[in-house]
Amino acid sequence: MASPLEQFEIKPIVPIEIGGLDMSFTNSALWMTIAVVVITAFLVGGVSRRAVVPGRWQSAAEMSYEFIAGMIRDNVGPEGRQYFPFVFSLFMFILLGNLLGLIPYSFTFTSHIIVTFALALIVFVLVTAVGLVRHGMHFFTYFVPSGVPGWMAPIIAPIEVISYLSRLISLPVRLFANMMAGHTMLKVFAGFTVALGMLGGWAPLLINVALTGFEVLVAVLQAYVFTILTCLYLHDAIHLH
Amino acid sequence: MGEDKVPLTSRKFDERLRAAQDRQREVERGPSRRSGISGSALGFAFRIGVELVSALVVGVGIGWLLDYWLGTQPWLLLLFFVLGAAAGIMNVYRAVERMGHAGNGDAGGGKGRTGGN
Repeated sequence: MASPLEQFEIKPIVPIEIGGLDMSFTNSALWMTIAVVVITAFLVGGVSRRAVVPGRWQSAAEMSYEFIAGMIRDNVGPEGRQYFPFVFSLFMFILLGNLLGLIPYSFTFTSHIIVTFALALIVFVLVTAVGLVRHGMHFFTYFVPSGVPGWMAPIIAPIEVISYLSRLISLPVRLFANMMAGHTMLKVFAGFTVALGMLGGWAPLLINVALTGFEVLVAVLQAYVFTILTCLYLHDAIHLH
Repeated sequence: MGEDKVPLTSRKFDERLRAAQDRQREVERGPSRRSGISGSALGFAFRIGVELVSALVVGVGIGWLLDYWLGTQPWLLLLFFVLGAAAGIMNVYRAVERMGHAGNGDAGGGKGRTGGN
C-alpha cells in the first residue's frame, strides 16, 4: 500500500539544471503557479464588471479585500495601510496553497517547511527593515523594554533577541506542522478504508469526510494566523512596543 | 419633490461625512485589537507549544554555534539554553496576554493595552 507520506514527494516535471544547481520545475512549483493564476483570475474577474450592486463573484473579491484591510486597520493601525499589498498577497498565497492542496491528486506546497520558512523569512526581513528604516538605531531599544533597570539590561537584551529570532521558527513551523499533520491523517484513514474493505471500510470513510471538513477549517485558520501574526509583528516594528 | 431632495441628500452627506471622519479619528487613535487571535482550544495549545519550543531551539542553536566557533564547549550552550528557555516563557506570556485582551471584548480604547511589558 502507498505510504501516507508519499504525497509530500517533490517530483520534477521539467528538469532544469543551471550551473550544477537543480532548478527543475517541480510539482510544488506547478501548484504555486496554479495558486497565483487562480488568485489573479479570481480578483481580476471579480472586479472586471465593477457593478455598484456586486454580484457573487465581485462580493467574494471585495470581501477578501475588506477582510485584510480590516485586519491591518485593527492590528497595525493607519500606518499599516501601505503594507496592504504585501499582507494581502501573503494571505491569498497561503490560503490558496492550503485550499488547493485539499483537492485530490494535488500537491500542498505549504506542507513543506522550506516553503513556509521562506515565507516567514520574507516577513522577518521586511519587518526588521521597516523597524530600521522608521526608527534607525532607535530600533534596537526594542530589545531593552522601557522600565527595565539598567543592571538588568544585559540579561534582558539577549532574551529579547532570542525571542525576536524565535519568530523565524515559530511562524513557519505552525503552518507547516498543521498542514502536514492534517494531510498525513487524511491519507492514513484513506489507507484504513482500503484495508478494511467493503465491510469495515465505512467507518474510516466517514471519519475522512469529517476530517476533510476539518481540514478546510484548518486551511483557512492557518492562513489567517500567519497573516495576523505578520500584522502584529508589523505593529511592533512600527510602534516599538 | 426634486427640489426637496437636494437639501435632504446634502444633509445626509454631511452626516455621513461626519461619521466617516469619526471613524477615521478612531482608527488614528490606535489599533483596537478587536480581531485578536482566536480559534480552537487545540490550536491555542499548539500555538503556545510552538512559541515555547521555537525560542528554546533558537537559544540552543546560537549557543551551539558560538561554542563551535569559539571552542568553549559546553559553556555557551548551557548559558544560551537558559536564555532560550527564558525567551520561550516570555513568548508564551506575551501570546497569552494578547489573547486575554482579545477575549475581554473591546471595551475601552487601544491605549495602554498594546504595551507588552
